[in-house]
Amino acid sequence: MTDKDDLNDLKAALRSGPPTPARKPAHLDAAMQAFDNFHDQPQGSPATARPTSDRSKGTGFWNGVGTMLTAMTSRAALATTSALVTAGLAVVLIVPMDGAFGPRDLAVAPKVAQAEQVDAEIVMIDEPMIESPVIVEEMAMDDAMVTERSEADAAAPQMHVSTGVSVTGYVERGIIGGNGVETEFHQDIDIIFDGAPQPSISAKRSTNGAGSVGLLSSEAPGVRTLPPIAYRIIERRPASSVDTETFANAEENPVTIVAETPVSTFSTDVDTASYSVVRQSLMSGHLPPRDAVRVEEMVNYFPYAYPAPDDSGAPFLPTVTVTGTPWNDGTQLVHIGLQGELPELAERPPLNLVFLIDTSGSMQNANKLPLLKQSFRMMLNELRPEDQVAIVTYAGRSGLALAPTSASDRATIINTLDRLHAGGPTGGQAGLNQAYAVAESMAQDGEVSRILLATDGDFNVGQFTPEALKSYIADKRDTGTYLSVLGFGRGNLDDATMQALAQNGNGQAAYIDTLSEARKVLVDQLTGALFPIAGDVKVQVEFNPAQIAEYRLIGYETRALRREDFNNDKVDAGDIGAGHRVTALYEVTPVGSDAVLNDPLRYQTESVENVSDEYGYLRLRWKEPGSGTSQLIETPITADMGAATTETRFATAIAGFGQLLRGSGYLGDWGYTDAIDLANTGRGEDAFGYRAEAIQLMRLAESLSQ
Amino acid sequence: MRMTTSDNALALAAAGGDRDAFGALLSRHYDRLFGFAWRMTGDQTEAEDLTQDICLALPRKLGGFRGDAQFTTWLYRVAMNAAHDRRRRAATRTRAADGWGDWEQNRQAANAETADALDWLTQAMQTLKPDLRDTATLILGEDVTQAEAAQIMGVSEGTIAWRMSEVKKALRAQRASEEAQ
Repeated sequence: MTDKDDLNDLKAALRSGPPTPARKPAHLDAAMQAFDNFHDQPQGSPATARPTSDRSKGTGFWNGVGTMLTAMTSRAALATTSALVTAGLAVVLIVPMDGAFGPRDLAVAPKVAQAEQVDAEIVMIDEPMIESPVIVEEMAMDDAMVTERSEADAAAPQMHVSTGVSVTGYVERGIIGGNGVETEFHQDIDIIFDGAPQPSISAKRSTNGAGSVGLLSSEAPGVRTLPPIAYRIIERRPASSVDTETFANAEENPVTIVAETPVSTFSTDVDTASYSVVRQSLMSGHLPPRDAVRVEEMVNYFPYAYPAPDDSGAPFLPTVTVTGTPWNDGTQLVHIGLQGELPELAERPPLNLVFLIDTSGSMQNANKLPLLKQSFRMMLNELRPEDQVAIVTYAGRSGLALAPTSASDRATIINTLDRLHAGGPTGGQAGLNQAYAVAESMAQDGEVSRILLATDGDFNVGQFTPEALKSYIADKRDTGTYLSVLGFGRGNLDDATMQALAQNGNGQAAYIDTLSEARKVLVDQLTGALFPIAGDVKVQVEFNPAQIAEYRLIGYETRALRREDFNNDKVDAGDIGAGHRVTALYEVTPVGSDAVLNDPLRYQTESVENVSDEYGYLRLRWKEPGSGTSQLIETPITADMGAATTETRFATAIAGFGQLLRGSGYLGDWGYTDAIDLANTGRGEDAFGYRAEAIQLMRLAESLSQ
Repeated sequence: MRMTTSDNALALAAAGGDRDAFGALLSRHYDRLFGFAWRMTGDQTEAEDLTQDICLALPRKLGGFRGDAQFTTWLYRVAMNAAHDRRRRAATRTRAADGWGDWEQNRQAANAETADALDWLTQAMQTLKPDLRDTATLILGEDVTQAEAAQIMGVSEGTIAWRMSEVKKALRAQRASEEAQ
C-alpha cells in the first residue's frame, strides 16, 4: 500500500459514508420560512430598519440613537444631553432583538453594564471572505433636537433639522451577558454630529475580538469609563445591510365603457427603467416581479422609425395607426406614436451637467460605481468643449468633488471620476442641495442644466421623506434645472423613488445594468435625454360612442391624469427630449363586435346618435421648454388610419410581452410564442440589436414560464 | 431554465429578496450541504442539526455574498464556520466535541460491511487533528481544489498542501499500527 492508496481509501470512505438526509423537506421549509421572515417580515413591527420608499434608510437606527440618548440622560452620572453632543463618549450600543429579526429597540450599555462575567461560550466568527465596506448612514439632527428627542416618542421620526448626524460602522449579532438571547448590537461604531470635531459618540472594539469590550471614554474629561460587558459575536455585518426593492406600479388599466367614460387622459412617459429591470431578471433566470413590469416603459425602450416633424409647427408629430389586435379578433389596436424633432447636433446649446453620484459603501460592487465611472467616461467623449461638467458626491464630506470644468479638460474630469470611492459621511439631501446650487451657478441664457443622479437605491438617506423630496425637486424643476435618475445595481434599488424623482424633475429614469445599456442611455441618447423639446406633454383621447364600445389603455397605469387636468397647465406631465419618441396603445372594441365585454344597460336605452365615423379624437397638449402655457395639437382617429408597419408590429409585440409578464387577463391564449413570431415580423433594421435582444428575452421568459 | 442559471446569479437574486431563486438555490445544494455536514460531524443526527443551522442562517448570510467568489466556495465557508460554531458550543457538553467521536453509534450500523468501513473511517478521522480532518474533508470528501480549500479555510495554498501531506503521514502511521496488531 502506498500513501496514495491511503488517501484514496479515505476518499472512498468519505464519499460512500453520508446517509440519506432524513429531514430535507422540513429543512427546506424552515429555510424558506427564515427567508420570508428575513425579507418580508409580514407581521409585527416595522421597526427593523428596512429601507423602503416611504421610510428613510436611517430612521430605525436613528430612533435607536434617540432611545440611547434617552437612556443616557436618565443616568445622572453622565453629562447632560447637550454636553454629550460635544463630549465624545465611547459606548457599546446594544440593540435587543425580539427573537431573531423582530422589532428592535436600542438600549444603551449601562443597562447591561453589570452583566455577568464572560460566559464560557465565547465565540468569535470572522468571515474574512466577506469583506464588507463600512456603510455610512446619514441622519439629520441638531442640538436642540437631542433634548427634544429624548422626550419624544422614539418611534416617530422627526425631520425638521438643518445639520447632520452620520453613523458609520458595523452591526453585530450575538449574545451579551449570560442570558443566551441573541441580540443585535454595535461595537466599533461612530456617531458624528455635524460640527463636532471628532466622533461624538463612538464604540470601538477594545480587546482581542472575543471577550469583553470596555466602554471607552474619549479625551473628554469628566466622562467615566463604564464597566466592561461580556459578549460573543455570532455575525458581523455593515450597518444597515438589509436589502429591499420596491417597484412603482398600479393595477392594470381595466376595460372602460365609452358610453360612461369617453375620455382617457395620461401623461407621456419616456422612462425605460422597467425594461432593464425585466431584462436583468430574465437574464439571471427568473421572471421579473409583476410590479416591476411597466408596459409603456418596455414599449418606449425601443427606437421606432416614426415620421419626423417638419420645420414648421410643433416639435413633435403624432402618427396614429389602427390595426387588428393579435390577441383578440374582435378588437382593434390604436397605436399612437409621437416622434420628437430630430436633434440638429451641430446647433445644440451648451450643456451644464452636474453628476450627483452616490458613493455610499454599497456602491462599490462592480456593477455599480465602477460601471458608473465607465459609463460617464464614455459619455465624456460625446461632449463638446463648451459643455461644462461638475461632480457632486452624496456620501463624501465636501460634496463637491469637481468644480464646474470644461468638458475639454478630460484629464481633470477622468482623474476626479477615478478618485471617487465608496464611503465617507455626508447627507444625501446636502448632496442634492449642492448639486442644484452648482447647476444654478453654471447656468447661463440659452444653456441647458441637468443633474444626473446616479444611485443604487434609496436616495432619501437625509432628512427628506420621499414626499418632501419630490416637492423639493419639483420646486427646483421650475428654476430650469432638470434631474435625471440613473439606477445602478439590484438589491435595494428603490424603483418607486427613482421614478418619482425623475417624474418630478422632468427627467428620465433609466436603469443601467451593463455597459451597453449605459451606451444606449448616456451616449446614443445623449441629445434626447438632455435636451427637452417639449414640456408637460399630455395625451387625451376622446372615443366616439357610436363607433367604439369599449377601450383599454395598455400600460401608463402610473401616468394616468384626471380629465380636467389635461387643460390645467399647472399639472405636471412628462417631457419629450430631442429625438425621443413615445408610443401608446389602446385596445378598442368597435360597437357590435363579439368581443364587447359589458352588456348594454337595461334602463338607459338611449341610443347614441351617430354623428361621425371617427373612432375618436386625439388631443395633445405640450409646452415650449420653460414656457408656462400649453399648446394644443388635435387629430381625428379613423378606422382606415395607416397600415401595420414593422414599427407598429414590434411595439405591439412588446406590449403583448409586457402584458404576459404582468399576467394580464386580456390576452386569452395568446402567449410568448405568438409574441416572438410577431416581434420577428417587426424586427426592421435594428441597427443596435435592441429588438433582437428583446426576442431573446421573450424566449427566456417562455422557457421560464413553463 | 432555472437549472442552467448560475449559482452566483441565483445567490445574488436571493440576496436581493427573490424567493424562488433562494428555493432553487437551496434545493440545488441541499444534498451537497448535508453530505458535507455529515463529513464534518461523522454523525447523522449532528449532521441533520448542523444542516438545519445552515439552512436557517442562509437567508441572512446571503446578504454578505458579493458574487466575487464561487457560490459553492462561499457556501462551504459558511458551512464550515457553522460546523466550527457547533463544535465550540458542543465543547461545553460532554458530547463529542469535534465530530467523529460518536463512533459507538456508528458501530451499530445495520450492514456489517458498512460498519467495518465506518469503523475504519471513524478511526482514521479521529486520528487526524481537527485542522487536518477539515482539510481532508474538503479535499477528499468534497473534491474541491487546494486553491478553493485555501479560500474556504482562509489559509494559504501552501498550508493546505502541507496539511494534506500530514494527513498522508497520519494515515500511514495508522496503517502501520493496524498491521502491527
